[in-house]
Amino acid sequence: MKRVITVSVINQSGVLNRVTGLLMKRQFNIESITVGHTELSNISKMTFVVNISDEVKLEQLIKQLSKQIDVLKVNDITDKSIVLRELALVKVVSPANLRLEINAIVEPFRPQIIDTSKNVVTYQVTGHPDKIDAFIELVRPYGIKELTRTGVTASVRETQPVDTPQLSILK
Amino acid sequence: MTANTSTNVKIDALPSTEDENFKPKNGSDLLIKALKDQNVDTVFGYPGGAVLNVYDAMYKNPIRHILTRHEQGAIHAAEGYARVLNKPGVVIATSGPGATNLVTGITDAMIDSIPLVIFTGQVATSVIGSDAFQEADIIGITTPITKHNYQVHDVRDIPRIVKEAFHIANTGRKGPVLIDFPKNISAEIFDETELNDAPIYLPGYQPNTKPNYLQIQKAIQAISESKKPLVLAGAGVLFADARKELTEFVEKYKLPVINTLLGLGSIHGNHELFFGMAGMHGAVVANDAIQNADLLINIGARFDDRLTGDTKRFAPNATIIHIDIDPAEIGKIIPTDIPIVADAKEALQAILSKEIPAPDTTVWLDYLYQKQNDFPYWYEEDEQEILPQQIIQMVHAITNGDAIVSTDVGQHQMWAAQYYKLNNDHGWITSGGLGTMGFGFPAAIGAQFAKPDKKVVAIVGDAGFQMTNQELAVLKEFNLPVKVVIINNAALGMVRQWQELFYEGRYSQSLMPVQPDFVKLADAFGIKGYRITSLDEAGAILEEALNSDEPAVIDARVKQLENVYPMVASGKALHEMVGVKKP
Repeated sequence: MKRVITVSVINQSGVLNRVTGLLMKRQFNIESITVGHTELSNISKMTFVVNISDEVKLEQLIKQLSKQIDVLKVNDITDKSIVLRELALVKVVSPANLRLEINAIVEPFRPQIIDTSKNVVTYQVTGHPDKIDAFIELVRPYGIKELTRTGVTASVRETQPVDTPQLSILK
Repeated sequence: MTANTSTNVKIDALPSTEDENFKPKNGSDLLIKALKDQNVDTVFGYPGGAVLNVYDAMYKNPIRHILTRHEQGAIHAAEGYARVLNKPGVVIATSGPGATNLVTGITDAMIDSIPLVIFTGQVATSVIGSDAFQEADIIGITTPITKHNYQVHDVRDIPRIVKEAFHIANTGRKGPVLIDFPKNISAEIFDETELNDAPIYLPGYQPNTKPNYLQIQKAIQAISESKKPLVLAGAGVLFADARKELTEFVEKYKLPVINTLLGLGSIHGNHELFFGMAGMHGAVVANDAIQNADLLINIGARFDDRLTGDTKRFAPNATIIHIDIDPAEIGKIIPTDIPIVADAKEALQAILSKEIPAPDTTVWLDYLYQKQNDFPYWYEEDEQEILPQQIIQMVHAITNGDAIVSTDVGQHQMWAAQYYKLNNDHGWITSGGLGTMGFGFPAAIGAQFAKPDKKVVAIVGDAGFQMTNQELAVLKEFNLPVKVVIINNAALGMVRQWQELFYEGRYSQSLMPVQPDFVKLADAFGIKGYRITSLDEAGAILEEALNSDEPAVIDARVKQLENVYPMVASGKALHEMVGVKKP
């Protein structure tokens, strides 16, 4: 299944290579990866989506990542309450006679039109990766001229649902 | 057997101490000073264009440098040195080919957790990435095979980087750390007031050495409740210098103990509770013990596939306690019931500090003694030819089991592990995880530099020796009394054995009918060579060669078609050994 893993790293040259190389060496396939600065000046955060079915392999991945000298923290946040966001830029073939129709159809996705030309409209759509997928499928019949996605970034919600196993006493 | 302290051994001639008037001026001076600050007195290396400044600094501020004849020789020597002294070996090589020639040794050190600090030259920062002469992306190449690596971008960082590198290499799970040193930085004049010599601060590297109290409690309880406990001691015991604690632990509770290949020496080879090496070519009793134990206490071993055989059927009846300093090793191969992330010595001390009811292991030990008695290592004597095992037994007898033994990789390595019962710790140097042919001889050179007064024997095969035999020049240059015993079967023995057993005897490229005359080869380097062609003369020749104060090469001609037994074929479980008994 897909796991979302965040990795805090010291912002040093080669650190991205170190982390992705490790994933390659252990035969993990990265579905998406985003990297950027955090609130701390020399610390960056990476968000990976990887497909792992096996728990032992997942544990290995986290431990191997944690072992890297430049890695400060590794979290598998898949099972937490999280916000997942991705951004896509989609250039859709949109001649004048169809433009109103397309705009109306995509409206529920609340995309922004960030560029237009005679026959092409560029939409910027943000949200959960599933939403982006749905948007892409929706506009595909009109013809996608170009598509680019940022990959997933994620944040753990401040308030996590309380675990309830202590209620089992009522049974 | 007297220790080897002959006066014509020049190797303890360290350079005179630092010239007090010497003042570091450029990056290279700073590097040499940083090495001396780490108490480094010996480095192995090979100069070249990108490290000319470093070698010039070394000339002005002397440090003992061993010029090997190939960079691979330098790094294996540093590995041998590091194993014996349990502290980082230091290697210097130039950029490009110098650096890439180190790659095998770096990988070997990584997989066997040997502490090394490696310096490679690099082209000037202004031309990095331009495919300059002798440029190689050694950072990219070595990222997956080092514990950590650095490229120096600022001359002022040198003291900090060197300090960190030694710390990382020699703490936690040890391993190789590489520092790539661009040529312009090696020549850069620095301002002493701007040096970055801050204390080590590595927030992402905090290896845990102290065992968790609750886990120790659980382990103790499991030990006292067990009926068939077994201790598997790996190289982690040696890296933690915990032979004393291990011995005390197994004696206190009468626990049988077995070793991995790399753990040999962590307990006296003749200890009554020691049942030998386990694994593919391990003792029948050791493998049988694993399969029948109800508690397996793994201390500092990583459940390598050559040890476990089929992992699904490994130790099927045992609760597993795994003590390892590297959390990533726990549960990686074998599901673990009681994980303890700690230094082996600290974990053993924690266990020893508690008084617990001892398990009654009498019946279990009797069973194991019986097995040991019924299934010893065996070979069939041959009237015509010498058996390789006989040579190793003789080497063992002559050196009283107290030599430092370095091996190459293959059949002779397994025979040495089986028949050379080590008295000492840190006296067993072998390439385990990577299985690097060409390792044994240069590693023995490093070992001799580490312990000049100790007998060092390199047991090598004829094929592996030919991969790095150019280092004979180093033996001659330093009159290093290393004894090279070539178990010469004129073949790639282990490859040939597998071809015999699994490929219907199709000996594809595994026989070496043409070989150098090893005696003449030794002679060409000015070293005494011996040849053993019959069992009658073997004892006397070995005695003379091993007891001399000079380097020696002994070409022992042994039976070509001898196989290593017993054996667990790949994919089989440990109880499915073949060749367990003399037919």
